[in-house]
Amino acid sequence: MLQDKDRIFTNLYGFGDRGLKGAMARGAWDGTKGLLEKGKDWIITEMKASGLRGRGGAGFPTGLKWSFMPKPDPARPSYLVVNADESEPGTCKDREIMRNDPHLLVEGCMIASFAMGAHAAYIYIRGEYIAERDALQAAVDEAYAARLIGKDNINGWPFDLYVHHGAGAYICGEETALLESLEGKKGMPRMKPPFPANMGLYGCPTTVNNVESIAVAPTILRRGAAWFSSFGAPNNVGTKLFCISGHVNKPCNVEEAMSIPFRELIDRHCGGVRGGWDNLMAVIPGGSSVRCVPAEQIIDCPMDFDSLSKLRSGLGTAAVIVMDKSTDIVRAIARLSYFYKHESCGQCTPCREGTGWMYRVLSRMAEGRAQKREIDMLLEVSKQIEGHTICALGDAAAWPVQGLITHFRGEIEKRIDQYAANPHSDPVRVAAE
Amino acid sequence: MTVRRLADEQPASFDFTPENRAWCDAQIAKYPQGRQASAVIPLLWKAQAQHDYWLPKPAIEKVAEILDMPYIRVLEIATFYSMFNLSPVGTHFIQLCGTTPCMLRGAEEIRKVCEDKIGPQRHVRADGKFSWLEVECLGACCNAPMVQINDDYYEDLTPENFGKLIDDLAAGRPVHKGSQTGRIGSEPTGGLTTLTDLYGVDGVSGPGCYASKNQD
Repeated sequence: MLQDKDRIFTNLYGFGDRGLKGAMARGAWDGTKGLLEKGKDWIITEMKASGLRGRGGAGFPTGLKWSFMPKPDPARPSYLVVNADESEPGTCKDREIMRNDPHLLVEGCMIASFAMGAHAAYIYIRGEYIAERDALQAAVDEAYAARLIGKDNINGWPFDLYVHHGAGAYICGEETALLESLEGKKGMPRMKPPFPANMGLYGCPTTVNNVESIAVAPTILRRGAAWFSSFGAPNNVGTKLFCISGHVNKPCNVEEAMSIPFRELIDRHCGGVRGGWDNLMAVIPGGSSVRCVPAEQIIDCPMDFDSLSKLRSGLGTAAVIVMDKSTDIVRAIARLSYFYKHESCGQCTPCREGTGWMYRVLSRMAEGRAQKREIDMLLEVSKQIEGHTICALGDAAAWPVQGLITHFRGEIEKRIDQYAANPHSDPVRVAAE
Repeated sequence: MTVRRLADEQPASFDFTPENRAWCDAQIAKYPQGRQASAVIPLLWKAQAQHDYWLPKPAIEKVAEILDMPYIRVLEIATFYSMFNLSPVGTHFIQLCGTTPCMLRGAEEIRKVCEDKIGPQRHVRADGKFSWLEVECLGACCNAPMVQINDDYYEDLTPENFGKLIDDLAAGRPVHKGSQTGRIGSEPTGGLTTLTDLYGVDGVSGPGCYASKNQD
């Protein structure tokens, strides 16, 4: 088990002082200048060696991402953009960082910007997080006042940090949609390439990182890559914030070592599954966009990228949604389909039309008002959406449906049989062709 | 995708208060020269806040004028982003999170309370005090089910404490923001399992606690 001395987010729950004084007492802003003096190459090498994989869902190595930034060019300034548009259902970790430990993020922005040669950074926070935005802005103001950041600061790298906000659009969590939104447009994803490292914000080199990835960087550099990589399984190292919601006795956020077995995570921090372990039905281990995993497969699975991808699911944002046997799993997934229908930006036809189609068919299946052959049709349609859109929202909409059919086809068939066994006045309509 | 249109009845004009206008200028200054369009969401948001929490057409036109953007570009923004209310809302505008993590913890019962006490969604109650809307994940899943009322989150709801919350708001009584069951943040109820070195199991007795160390 991870010990308190190895935890990065020491004010995760807000019991301590959220201000600069409290943050410094817990170790933030300690020797930042010294870290910068070691040079950007050292920082990037150390970040690579730490094995940190991006915490926003895709798990791309953070140090490697930083190294993609081109050499500074006065005509095209580089930017760091922090993705704080936390909207993946089940995920509520960045919120705790921004309202309770914001200085870790502010310091991380300074260090990451230095490493990639950026003198300005924007934090894009979702519009609904109003209290969190205020808390973060207060931390930025404090850092300016203490001359920790700013054009002329004691750390010796001219750096401006701005807090920007959205207004309610899940799609803006996609990095290029976020950049579009930050430029004052609708949040519609861009085609890649060009990648943001070459053509990002205002056509300039840009790196987009998740809040947690940036906020852990100062501590990693202070304590060393070897310290961070000593937790978890190879290729899945470090500490991680887990957001456990749904049918556990005590839902909570918690920072744990990567690769902690699911059972241990739940027993230790969440007071177990509601109604006991025999009552567990399925788990969505990484936010709504990954496939659900049935109880028997997840119970002893290490919670990390590679182990979960072997189960054809994923760690995603480590938002663990637990469902016990009282769950109407078809309705639960249908509700996710509604979410993707609602949040599709409408740019690509397979996603715009497909998400609504899947939602309508799944809603009928939740009642049993469907034909069994429609199950395979639904699977086929989900595969037509997956991989055929500009961004990953199409994939994210398809995977929960595919997970449901893979693991709970019997449940859907049972509903259909039950419905068919009873007389109904309204005929079952077949899905629109 | 949702269909979003401007309200039928619109005020004749809109202008920012001098104070808010100064705030707008400070926002625009955050972005490089010629990139003032970046401030469109913050400005629309401020306009909405100034206008009883809904965004009329003249405000959209005003923002377009300030930012030197074509009206249609700003209208696109106002209709694309779901937090812009295009028609009047209640004094207490309730956004109920209905996505699966909240649904698993009882959001449908909370929805029932809204229906019983306020009526169907998108309609302002006769006294003008309430309207509600089911929205998508608000990112407070460890404190589900939850709602956002105007700017504030109210978490760990039950039909009982939520019903009381609405009654208290209606009567103008003070209410407690955040968790309605006494949690501080997203910690496990009944005692911390981590960070006890700093805060103790109870969260208030350790050396790092705000109360013991930082009260001046």
